[in-house]
Amino acid sequence: MSRRVVITGTGAVTPLGVGASSLIDGWAAGECGLAEGAGRCSDFEPTEFLSVKEARRSDRFTQFAIAACQEAFDESGWSAGLPYESGQIGCVVGTGIGGLGSLEEQENVLRERGPRSVSPLSVPLMMGNAAAATLAMRHGIHGHTYGVVSACAAGAQAIGAATRMIESGDAEAAIAGGAEAAITGLATAAFAAMGATSPTGISRPFDARRDGFVMGEGAGILLLEEADAAERRGAEIVGEVLGYGATSDAHHLTAPEPSGHEAARAIELALDDAGIAPQDVDYVNAHGTSTPLNDRTETEALKTALGDHAWRVPVSSTKSAIGHLLGAAGAVEAIAALGALDRGIAPPTLGYEEPDEGLDLDYVPDGARSLVGGNGNPSSRRGNDAENGALIAISNAFGFGGHNAVLCLTR
Amino acid sequence: MPTEATTQSVEQVIFDGLTELGAEGEVTRDATFEDLDVDSLDLVELAQVIEDEFGVELQGEDVKDLRTVGEVIDLVVQRAS
Repeated sequence: MSRRVVITGTGAVTPLGVGASSLIDGWAAGECGLAEGAGRCSDFEPTEFLSVKEARRSDRFTQFAIAACQEAFDESGWSAGLPYESGQIGCVVGTGIGGLGSLEEQENVLRERGPRSVSPLSVPLMMGNAAAATLAMRHGIHGHTYGVVSACAAGAQAIGAATRMIESGDAEAAIAGGAEAAITGLATAAFAAMGATSPTGISRPFDARRDGFVMGEGAGILLLEEADAAERRGAEIVGEVLGYGATSDAHHLTAPEPSGHEAARAIELALDDAGIAPQDVDYVNAHGTSTPLNDRTETEALKTALGDHAWRVPVSSTKSAIGHLLGAAGAVEAIAALGALDRGIAPPTLGYEEPDEGLDLDYVPDGARSLVGGNGNPSSRRGNDAENGALIAISNAFGFGGHNAVLCLTR
Repeated sequence: MPTEATTQSVEQVIFDGLTELGAEGEVTRDATFEDLDVDSLDLVELAQVIEDEFGVELQGEDVKDLRTVGEVIDLVVQRAS
């Protein structure tokens, strides 16, 4: 009997506010966290979560992870003490870029004041594993701990890697998620230079007028536990990672492979891993970046992987409400998908009005809508668990470099 | 121009610097860096503040055996004179 991985806590810091419920309830209500062409976490106040020393020793992306992790700990009961031996708990946190703000700041110090003035904290602040390391130190975690760096697939791949860690028996539980704080001068200019970001500053995934993504920042953290162990300790289960699939385009540094073949294969692998059929998917939380290329390729991939069911299942993009959180996106969107299942709704793709040729799926244009289990179709759900009839979602994350990661989740 | 390094001025700069670095507890001459949870990275930052303020360069070797805040203050005043 293979080991199952359940979710016992979630936490998020997003442009819709601090807290996972701000994210899901705000998005479901049609709120947009974007302003002046960016999704900033303006409500976030580091000193509410960190001591002076911790704040000084963490880049903004790590600070977001700390706050999101604290929320997850509070929800799961881990705040009262780790429920497992610390060596049996892992910590995997993805990021696209790491502490870019710290890097740029110290680059300025170097230019203006010389090498002797560069902060000794520069490297530990900017390194891509800083969030994972900081969370492990803060909570006394001694199991496998590392960062995942796969651009905009990093958050989903961190959850996938942590899931595999628990399934394999390398850990009983794990902290998993993603964090990003890259709305800086350099990253903003660089993404604009490659034509990835929206010159109009509008995120409207799948719409014919979409012209690029809008940068966001934040973090999402989930606590994963081996199902039997979680049950034994009486944990409240808030979800389950049913399946995970990951593939690589091996095509281009930034552009997705146009047929979406490998993205489709990642979806198929996630469904196979979950032991479900395409018609069992009740909701698709799309990567949906609002770039011309992604949204077309993702639509193709969904058609390939889900067949006729692709036209029946609601598909919506969290990025319409919070922008693109890069390495945090996959984790934040997994939490958004869980929230959608919890509330039994498909949240809307905000701003979607004009259909584009060939992009003809149900992108949930007009406000949140109730999910219908199995979408009214005969279900072939897994027969081996007690959750027959529970709603199921997939959450897609695709990254520059051709990284495709898909999580299959249930509530 | 660097500030003149009197015991009083150095003490003030170091006390303020350590507080800003997030030292735990009250910063006094007798407090040890261990008590204050000040580690080698903090000391490098403190050394940068001292150099900016008094023009006194401290290397890792200079401070690695110093245990208390007062010992650093005395070293800076001595080096400056």
